[in-house]
Amino acid sequence: MSSMSFDIAHLLAGSILVLSFVLLYQDRVSAVLNVFALQAVALSLSVAWQAAIQNAPHLLVTAGIALVMKGIVIPAALHRIVRRLGIHREVEEVLGAGPTMLTGLGLVALSILLVLPAGQNVSILVREDLAFALAVILLGLLMMITRRNAVTQIVGFMSLENGLVLAATGAKGMPLVVEISVAFSVLIVLIVFGVFVFRIRERFDTVDVGALDQFRGEQGERL
Amino acid sequence: MAIAFDLAAQTVQMFLVLAVAPFLLGVTRMVKARLLRRIGPPPWQPYLDLWKLMHKEAVLAHNASWLYRTAPYVIFAATWVAAALVPTFATGLMFSWAADLIALVALLATARFALALAGMDVGTAFGGIGSSREMMIGSLAEPAMLLVVFSVALIAGTTQLSAIASHFIDAHVGLRVSLGLALIAFVFVAVAENARIPIDNPATHLELTMVHEAMVLEYSGRHLAMIEAAAAVKLVLYFSLLSCLFFPFGMATADQSLGPLTVGIVSYLGKLLVLAILLPIGETAVAKMRVFRYPIFLGGAFAAGALAVFLLFVSRSF
Repeated sequence: MSSMSFDIAHLLAGSILVLSFVLLYQDRVSAVLNVFALQAVALSLSVAWQAAIQNAPHLLVTAGIALVMKGIVIPAALHRIVRRLGIHREVEEVLGAGPTMLTGLGLVALSILLVLPAGQNVSILVREDLAFALAVILLGLLMMITRRNAVTQIVGFMSLENGLVLAATGAKGMPLVVEISVAFSVLIVLIVFGVFVFRIRERFDTVDVGALDQFRGEQGERL
Repeated sequence: MAIAFDLAAQTVQMFLVLAVAPFLLGVTRMVKARLLRRIGPPPWQPYLDLWKLMHKEAVLAHNASWLYRTAPYVIFAATWVAAALVPTFATGLMFSWAADLIALVALLATARFALALAGMDVGTAFGGIGSSREMMIGSLAEPAMLLVVFSVALIAGTTQLSAIASHFIDAHVGLRVSLGLALIAFVFVAVAENARIPIDNPATHLELTMVHEAMVLEYSGRHLAMIEAAAAVKLVLYFSLLSCLFFPFGMATADQSLGPLTVGIVSYLGKLLVLAILLPIGETAVAKMRVFRYPIFLGGAFAAGALAVFLLFVSRSF
């Protein structure tokens, strides 16, 4: 593999990871949604580049699905939800931006340390893709636990799924059927989440999931 | 003969930096004024200001110690030496082998230390506030700067500035995410270090959020001239560092005859001018930040730098 194609793959995968950090850093809902759309575009470019260098045209379908679904449809739907809920303001965070970023850096270091020894026998590109993908997944999880707003938690989940796609395309030979079904299940998840968010709002007058805490069973027993 | 030529090139470099520094400051001020729909002073105004300050009486507070009087010269000397270490139009200048990028960061930290001490020396509340904020910014910016240094040094295999620049010119480095991240981190740090918007407002004297101007509020006459000159040289230093680390094109490397040196000087001045125009455009586009937002801004720089180093470890084949 020439060094240029490796560099471009590295650049695209790295930019997905960087955008995960930008997601963590952003504290406005509409900005979070725009960054998420940008990450999906970067993901589709990365997958398309993998299709070119692995000579696997079916990955182009994956790239197209990522671009249309996650780059356009899901952000547009989330923008609609946000506008209808009237929450394009600050996101309350459980942790501040500083500790969150430091934790994120720790997670990136952790995923690199995990993947490097495990992937001694594969090519650098695959190893690197796996490290990046694991980091994106962990950052998505971090975003889900640090945010209290239901909509940004959904974005965290979706960006976690971006990491899964990145991992799947880096490794050779992922069947197309699996990818399509994953893509559609994400869409269905979006619908479920959307309904769920409106139900939360109807019930508690807020989309802050902190309001749900007092209804948890074990706390009720303690009271 | 060769030594004489090297010495001449080094001297030209040192005095070139000193000579263009006020002009670049004037250009940034003029561009900013034009963007704000003012006419603004001409770009050579800082020279006149320095000349005027040099000839004015220096007023000292009654309780000012020797530290207050020597600090401006220490600051200026440290900044100028640091600027002399950066390869501007040619690599392998005489002094550049004396110290590396880490020593350069340390020299700038020395200047900052002297300035913070001087700010507290007279004992006014304003100077103390400025010093404490300056040290907070320094403690946040320096780790980020060191991470930038590490990521660049890992790619080039050395922390020697001349060697880094010639490595980036000659070797086929390719497209690197790490360098892009390091560039972002460096720009954040440079904005903070040079007391520019969004961290500090260089044009204000009466605002509770100011940092650099608060520390030098008590200074006058030739002391103030030294500090202003040091600030201008520091700005040029960061511009030169940016162009040397990330855009080292046109620099004279192996062939140090008159032709490539001229090309080097012209391209260096061009790069400086472009940066001096880009800086005020960026400054006008953003709003001044609250003091409590600084850690988040510089934490972003730190994260970008750390990520740059991490990514280098993944892509290295070991």
